[in-house]
Amino acid sequence: MGGGAPEKYQSLPGGSYTPPSGDRGSRILAPLKAEGARGVTIAVVSTVVVFGLLAFAVLNSSGWPQIKEAFFDPAVFRDSLSKIIERFTRNVFIFLVAEVFVLILAMIVAVMRSLRGPVFTPLRILAAAYTDLFRAVPTILVILLLGFGAPSLQIRGVPHSDIFWAIVALVLVYSAYVAEVYRAGIQSVHPSQVASARALGLSRGKTMRFVVVPQAVRRVLPPLLNDFIGLQKDSALVAVLGYTEALRQAQIVSAANFDFTPYVALALVYIVITIPEARFVDWLVARDQRRLQAVGGV
Amino acid sequence: MGPAAALRIEDLHKSFDGLEVLKGIDLEVVEHEVVGLIGASGSGKSTLLRCINLLEPVNAGRVFIEGEEITARGVDVNRIRQRVGIVFQAFNLFPHMTVLRNVTLGPIEALGASRAEADALATELLERFGLADKRGDYPDRLSGGQQQRVAIVRALAMKPDVMLLDEVTSALDPELVAEVLNVIRELASGGMTMVIATHEMGFARDIANRIGFLDAGVILEEGPPEEIFTSPREERTRRFLQSIIEAGRM
Repeated sequence: MGGGAPEKYQSLPGGSYTPPSGDRGSRILAPLKAEGARGVTIAVVSTVVVFGLLAFAVLNSSGWPQIKEAFFDPAVFRDSLSKIIERFTRNVFIFLVAEVFVLILAMIVAVMRSLRGPVFTPLRILAAAYTDLFRAVPTILVILLLGFGAPSLQIRGVPHSDIFWAIVALVLVYSAYVAEVYRAGIQSVHPSQVASARALGLSRGKTMRFVVVPQAVRRVLPPLLNDFIGLQKDSALVAVLGYTEALRQAQIVSAANFDFTPYVALALVYIVITIPEARFVDWLVARDQRRLQAVGGV
Repeated sequence: MGPAAALRIEDLHKSFDGLEVLKGIDLEVVEHEVVGLIGASGSGKSTLLRCINLLEPVNAGRVFIEGEEITARGVDVNRIRQRVGIVFQAFNLFPHMTVLRNVTLGPIEALGASRAEADALATELLERFGLADKRGDYPDRLSGGQQQRVAIVRALAMKPDVMLLDEVTSALDPELVAEVLNVIRELASGGMTMVIATHEMGFARDIANRIGFLDAGVILEEGPPEEIFTSPREERTRRFLQSIIEAGRM
């Protein structure tokens, strides 16, 4: 994904995007197919040589023993990983709960901003102001503001759990991003689709619900994943409230051992859960493409 | 005036950003009548059709369906559109729905039909137009001719009083035009009231009871096909038809 992504969304307005067939997510290895057996041999040999040399250079550099001890200490790793994973369940809880509300709130904001007609001007202004505001302010600032600020008010009926407010902060910030993603998707649905739905006598609301939104969401699945991964990572920001989630735990173990390996362990946890998510979305998009072009699938 | 016309248009005006596209259209279509609209691109044919089902708001003038003014204030546009079917040049099927769902969306969501009723009606219509085996397919898998026939079925499923066809064969490969024209012929022989904007002069001559020639935002000339195509009164009509003949389209 990564580098190629922005370009393909530029082709969205008007038509539906069709991914190049066959090589989704595996561009790096794709050219090999055309090269044949000789090409594969060259690829394998050159890869082994280059990476072998790299590894040799790193492992034999003068600083390597110190680096290894500070960042890759097997004993500390084993000791810290289970503690970190245990606390990571808190992050999972934070970002899963937040994501559910983000997907809902963002859709409401995006639809509000896409409403036509003079009556809806206040709603459009509200939606625009919201996205402008929460995309501008740093996430960590919103978390501090709400996580420390809201409970300190001691107003009756207002929850004073810091984690509650941290989730609210993440929902507010990420909904602003995701609303823009949805809005791009909504705008990419050709006006003729709206015209034919309205021509059937469907109301504006039903046109949105049955014709525009389903097509819009399909098109923005990959950028939605981007924001989900962002949210997942930013669940670590909750640590600033003193809440012991995975990052805070890694910090504690690191301080106790005078060693940075726990941070590396946590980084690994994030990597391990993110890669399958990316492949899952690739698969989802490819499956959808196949389905729309399949014969007889209801 | 006798029984209310299926469709009556009085002095219809429509402008886009100050550019007047329709400059006073008067047209009456009686029940079971097929009116062909011909004229150069940009003469206002599509705009006229889109005004008839209020996809474009009109600037002035009145439109009546079965005697009821639809351009009046406070008219429920959704209800009006349910009575006026329109088929577009570019099909505009919903790509994320199967053929069956494309056809049943309107009856279920706009007319409040049950899924079983809507499915039954859709299946019957799809069978009638040779599309029964496509009901589970997505539009991407269909040829242009099949897609356009589905679009016609989708409009018919609303049981409209009037059908508007906006150059429905213009986006098709030549070999696919006939299958769509045959569907329209069948509708005409079944008594469907239709207004057809078309570049297929032979077809218009064949199927229409009356031809209107649109030029620069007005219906310059109208009459029976034989008259319009063989002895047009207006110089502009003659020149338009001459250019069509030279292009080998008639």
